[in-house]
Amino acid sequence: MNTFTQVLWSEFTKFHTVRGWVVAIVAGAGAIMAFGLLPGAQGSCGQNGPGSECVLPVGPGGEEVSDSFTFVHQPLAGDGSITARITSLTGLLPVAEPGKSRPGTMPWSKAGLIIKAGTGAGSTYAAIMVTGGNGVRMQYDYTHDRAGIAGAVSADAPRWLRLTRSGDTVTGAESADGHTWTTVDTAKLTGRPPTVEIGLFATSPQYAEQVNEGVLSGSMGGPTQATGTFDHLSLQAGSAGRAPAGSWKGESLGGPPNVPPVGRFEQVGDVFTVTGSGDIAPAVPGATGIGASITQTLVGTFVGLILMVVIGAMFITAEYRRGLIRTTLAASPRRGQVLAAKAVVVGAVTFVTGLVAAAVVVVFGQRVLRDNGVYIHPASTATELRVIAGTAALLAVAAVLALGLGALLRRGVTAVTTAVVVIVLPYMLAMTVLPAGAAQWMLRISPAAAFALQQVAPVYPQVANVYTPSNGYFPLAPWAGFAVLAGWAVVALGLAAFLFRRRDA
Amino acid sequence: MSFTVQPGQVTGFVGPNGAGKSTTMRVILGLDAADAGQALIGGRPYRSLRNPLRHVGSLLDAAALQPSRTARNHLLWLAHSQGLTARRVDEVLDQAGLGAVARRRAGGFSLGMRQRLGIAAALLGDPPALMLDEPFNGMDPEGIVWMRRFLRALAAEGRAILVSSHLMSELQDTADHVVVAGRGKVIADASVAQLLATASNGRVTLRTSAAAALTLLAEAGATVTRTDSDTLTVAGLPAESVVALLSRNSVPFSEVSAHRATLEDAYLELTRDAVEFRAATPREAR
Repeated sequence: MNTFTQVLWSEFTKFHTVRGWVVAIVAGAGAIMAFGLLPGAQGSCGQNGPGSECVLPVGPGGEEVSDSFTFVHQPLAGDGSITARITSLTGLLPVAEPGKSRPGTMPWSKAGLIIKAGTGAGSTYAAIMVTGGNGVRMQYDYTHDRAGIAGAVSADAPRWLRLTRSGDTVTGAESADGHTWTTVDTAKLTGRPPTVEIGLFATSPQYAEQVNEGVLSGSMGGPTQATGTFDHLSLQAGSAGRAPAGSWKGESLGGPPNVPPVGRFEQVGDVFTVTGSGDIAPAVPGATGIGASITQTLVGTFVGLILMVVIGAMFITAEYRRGLIRTTLAASPRRGQVLAAKAVVVGAVTFVTGLVAAAVVVVFGQRVLRDNGVYIHPASTATELRVIAGTAALLAVAAVLALGLGALLRRGVTAVTTAVVVIVLPYMLAMTVLPAGAAQWMLRISPAAAFALQQVAPVYPQVANVYTPSNGYFPLAPWAGFAVLAGWAVVALGLAAFLFRRRDA
Repeated sequence: MSFTVQPGQVTGFVGPNGAGKSTTMRVILGLDAADAGQALIGGRPYRSLRNPLRHVGSLLDAAALQPSRTARNHLLWLAHSQGLTARRVDEVLDQAGLGAVARRRAGGFSLGMRQRLGIAAALLGDPPALMLDEPFNGMDPEGIVWMRRFLRALAAEGRAILVSSHLMSELQDTADHVVVAGRGKVIADASVAQLLATASNGRVTLRTSAAAALTLLAEAGATVTRTDSDTLTVAGLPAESVVALLSRNSVPFSEVSAHRATLEDAYLELTRDAVEFRAATPREAR
């Protein structure tokens, strides 16, 4: 019966006196840093002289947003409302052949009515719209989304839409016939602008699809456009319901620089046709958005993970191989204590190493990517700390899981193989050859679920994107993913402790 | 299996391979569970000892080393597990004659050097009792002499020392007392002097090349074994009777002497049954 401190000290001495293990752990950190600091990714942001920098507008909530659409508008002072009937939403989608397109809409192609605090990118707004595949929607301030009636719009099934401003409140309503109205949602306009721009809009987000070719996966896509046809347009100002004196002005907002806008606006009689491209939504990294997130800087984690897992398993199987485990247990006969001390040492050493590597990569890897012209979505300090500590925790708990497997299986080759197959392989498969559905399941149930700790960008249901692991999106919430890994480790270590105490050494 | 290891003595623990010597030691150290019964150290199970290396030092397998760790670091982690300092490590390294190679990787050590390192590890906690499994294995003659002296010196300090071996000859000049194990049981538990006396008891060495001697003595009721081309060992007939019988029948002989047994002889005699029995039933439940 030795004090736990003694056993701990003894196990730590064991660890740092084997040069191979120290080298391996430093190499693990080195691999993570090498991948993060010497990335192959290249981008065009800021690479073509002044004006080519990528700057995303920031919404009222502080998040980066997309704010590009075709806006047919006039100013409205104070309260008022706009009503219109929309009879069709059509569009164009890209095909593999450059310069060609096919007809069709995106699920989140949008056309409808909007009240916006001005034409400045990122300004507060409230909008009601029909979409390509998600029915009628009321959205405001980029991140808010509420469903109205479902189904596609057509000449046979037109939608009447209305936005009413009263003070800082905007109410969106829909109707099938222009007589019976249903409120979809109510929005508060941030900052209560005295005068707003009010009118019609159309926009359509980037098309992207997952492409799997052999072991590599990626995505292809391109811009799309949507055309909305409106009639029965009426604008009323003030509570008295006067029609304002202004006239409609159409313009494309927020499109990419140096590219002629695709937006068009036509008025024939009282029929308005508005064509636009882009999105009014939170900006996302990945296939349909721009740039990458700090998750991208941590792509080397899996190499570090392999080394940590090997060390974790070897820390006990090496003793079985040489019969050294008997010397250990003769010196410290309480076996539970020995296993616990080994877990603490392996966990602590890998955690600290992982922490340093992840911190270096997250802090400096972003700069390297930006210098390479890749747009990196900034993350809050809290998120960065979670990603750094989470990466360290992922490595540490995975190493402890491997230790548990080592204690269970006792043979080094068997234990290391099992640990790599159980922990690292699911991640590699999910990142490469597995179809999206299988990859999602793999990252829900396998220890690799803890990679969710590295996710930075939130998933927005109202933004179409390739939300796959290889784009930095994981199926579980960060700490839920970590809990899956921790569960594996607890079970493996618990079973190992049970057998370790019963078996002959 | 029950025997006592006295303080101040080196007790040899011998028996054929598979007799259960190593298993007994592992059971004592709480490494293997006994099917029945228990092993106590000073009345307590090993597993309940606080800093057990201060109670019993043991060497089970000299090859049980992480090859890339230096000798000193190997002892250092052991020392830390017992709350001992690096100073104690340096002391036992010098005691075992490893001071010069302390910072060399143990993987490069010869088996003899590993045995020394194992002894150093066993001595780390300055324990009153030592338990060494086959410490002479792989040692060169010089090392064997060193090990003998070292064990004698440790016993002289008042420690109880148990040394196992499958070669009795190794223990002849080392052990004061011998426990012979076979088939998982204690076959003999006696001092070396007693064992030698028993093994020599009443036997006569007769030097003769005459073939008639063998038949003659056998007819007289003696058990005769030819040990060499001109040497017979006679049991069951005192030396005077042998001389009288041979003289009466005019059988020439050059020498008759009381037999001086080696520990090896005593051991072989004691374990003969055990070995034969094991040959018939290879696995005997203990």
